[in-house]
Amino acid sequence: MTTDLFPTLQFPLLELRDVSKTYRSGSIQVQALREACIAIREGEFVAITGPSGSGKSTLMHVLGCLDSPTSGAYRLAGQDVSTMSEEELADVRNRQIGFVFQQFNLLPSLTAGRNVELPLCYAGVPRAERSARAREALARVGLAHRVEHRPGELSGGQQQRVAIARALVTDPALILADEPTGNLDSASTTDVLNLLAELHTAGRTIVLITHEADVAAAAARTVHTLDGAIFDDTGVHQGSTHRA
Amino acid sequence: MNWWETIRTGLEAVRSHRLRSGLTVLGILIGIAAVILTVGLGLGAQQQITQQINSLGSNLLIVGPGSSTSSSGIRGGFGSASTLTETDATALASKVVAPDIAAVAPAVQRSESLTAGASNWTTTVVGTTPEWVTVRARTVASGRFLTTQDVTDHTAVVVLAATTAQELFGPRDAVGQTVTVSGVPLSVIGVLSPAGSTAVANEDDQAIVPLSTAAERLFGGATRTSVQNIYLQAQSSNTLSAAYQEAEAELSNLHHITTPANEDFTITSQQSILNTATSATQTLTVLLGGIAAISLLVGGVGVMNIMLVSVTERIREIGLRKALGATPRVIRRQFLVEASVLGLSGGVLGVLLGVVAGLGLAKLISQPVVISPLATLGALAVAVAIGLVFGVYPASRAARLAPIEALRSE
Ligand SMILES: Nc1ncnc2c1ncn2[C@@H]1O[C@H](COP(=O)(O)OP(=O)(O)OP(=O)(O)O)[C@@H](O)[C@H]1O
Ligand SMILES: [Mg+2]
Repeated sequence: MTTDLFPTLQFPLLELRDVSKTYRSGSIQVQALREACIAIREGEFVAITGPSGSGKSTLMHVLGCLDSPTSGAYRLAGQDVSTMSEEELADVRNRQIGFVFQQFNLLPSLTAGRNVELPLCYAGVPRAERSARAREALARVGLAHRVEHRPGELSGGQQQRVAIARALVTDPALILADEPTGNLDSASTTDVLNLLAELHTAGRTIVLITHEADVAAAAARTVHTLDGAIFDDTGVHQGSTHRA
Repeated sequence: MNWWETIRTGLEAVRSHRLRSGLTVLGILIGIAAVILTVGLGLGAQQQITQQINSLGSNLLIVGPGSSTSSSGIRGGFGSASTLTETDATALASKVVAPDIAAVAPAVQRSESLTAGASNWTTTVVGTTPEWVTVRARTVASGRFLTTQDVTDHTAVVVLAATTAQELFGPRDAVGQTVTVSGVPLSVIGVLSPAGSTAVANEDDQAIVPLSTAAERLFGGATRTSVQNIYLQAQSSNTLSAAYQEAEAELSNLHHITTPANEDFTITSQQSILNTATSATQTLTVLLGGIAAISLLVGGVGVMNIMLVSVTERIREIGLRKALGATPRVIRRQFLVEASVLGLSGGVLGVLLGVVAGLGLAKLISQPVVISPLATLGALAVAVAIGLVFGVYPASRAARLAPIEALRSE
């Protein structure tokens, strides 16, 4: 059904087909994703909105290769993710994707600088270059003066910006951000959105989850999730089996 | 990520969790030190007892009166009614009768009060022959030992052991002084060297007089003809059992004994004392080793706990590191480095503490503590292995989870 959905020459960077994700805890089953379909081309800026619990984060985790779907296929840059080895996946996460988690996920024992450096460590970047790039990334999110601080010594908004700096530092082709402006004041929100817009202009593909309409407005395309299904895709290519 | 980076990451994790790292190191350290100490104490006791028994004399056989058999109880008498005589000793000294016996020293002994001027000291007075000094492996520190002439002439001379001389004369030279025993003045002709620090204390507290002097002039009574012990020295440790058999045969012959059950004498070898003592101390060592093993086990379980807890609470960290691009192999290596650093530093500190405490304890209780390399290595291996297994295994399991699953774990 989706084979002729992309007649243009542009190759979809991300392509989900009938992806479902079911969580089981004991006898209770929660279907976080129901046969979700979506295709995102390289260089797109997509906002994902939807009510709480509708499966946005789950979708992001699948897109970021952090979780595997229960069923369905996910192709990243044309390659079926389910066939990729642990090493290949690690490499993709490291080089291709910058992830901003909803819960920041910073290591509390490391300074902001070292936290931002982490992805570069795994990329094998030499130490001097690593700390220079980490400082640069922190400066971009306005935290140049907090390099030596540990996450516990930073405000929620500052921690979120450290997490954003960590996602930027490897200069990835794809940025997945789960409510990156959730804890920020309007001035910082504007800064972060400008930053994302800048990256988008530089050719990065950006997927952004948000609750706020004005934040979603920054994106060229908005996708809605409801009850685990993707629908009302305002983009050119719709891919949901749940078109009402 | 290369090894050097991995090591840096591991060290960073060790440093940033000081309390946890400290507790792990402490657990390993105490386990190892406990093993080194307890095994060291057991081996030390064993060594000390062996040395004490060896200091009785080398290749020594001791013939005593009486025989303990189940049917007749103790035959003959201890002390006054001894069944051994000087004639027995003379016969055993014959190279024809007993070619494997190198030297023979008959001895009588009694506790006597010694007086020298104002000093008074009660000790064991031993009447014997010049061979005693050879058989008992003693040396003379100053003056000379008894001669055959002294025995033949019933000379009124005495050789003092080191402690006895010290007690009677203090720092003064005892040689040439006079000691009175049972009203008989004896002139001191020599002082024995100490039997060695490990020897039984009373080896250094005795007074040696010629056998004839003791029998005729000091003790009197039954000791005139009989002796309490005959000390025999075998030619070498290889001929010890031959010497034993020759002595047994000759004494049975002299005493007209036909069945071994009726023997009125007992021959004890230094070796048999040693064997008994060794088996006793081995039991001690095994016991202490068992205690040590339990302390190692307890320490090991402690280390296991801390490792498991620390890895479990760090599964989120593992998930995050994976999300940022760490491969399972890199995660495993990081935890391997951490566990090795903790295990080795705990191990090295434990060995240091064990050795230092062992030396200190040896001084404190003036008893040797033997550091056993085998026990040390074993304890080290066990502690490090426990650290590695329980530090690396759960981490490597967590490293196989999907990053988000690990990130979500409690
Ligand atoms: N590990 C899990 N085990 C069980 N159920 C889960 C798990 N993770 C998510 N869910 C369920 O899956 C559904 C989708 O969750 P998800 O986190 O994707 O929502 P969301 O759209 O990101 O919500 P929010 O806007 O509040 O972040 C929810 O009903 C949630 O309860
Ligand atoms: Mg969410």
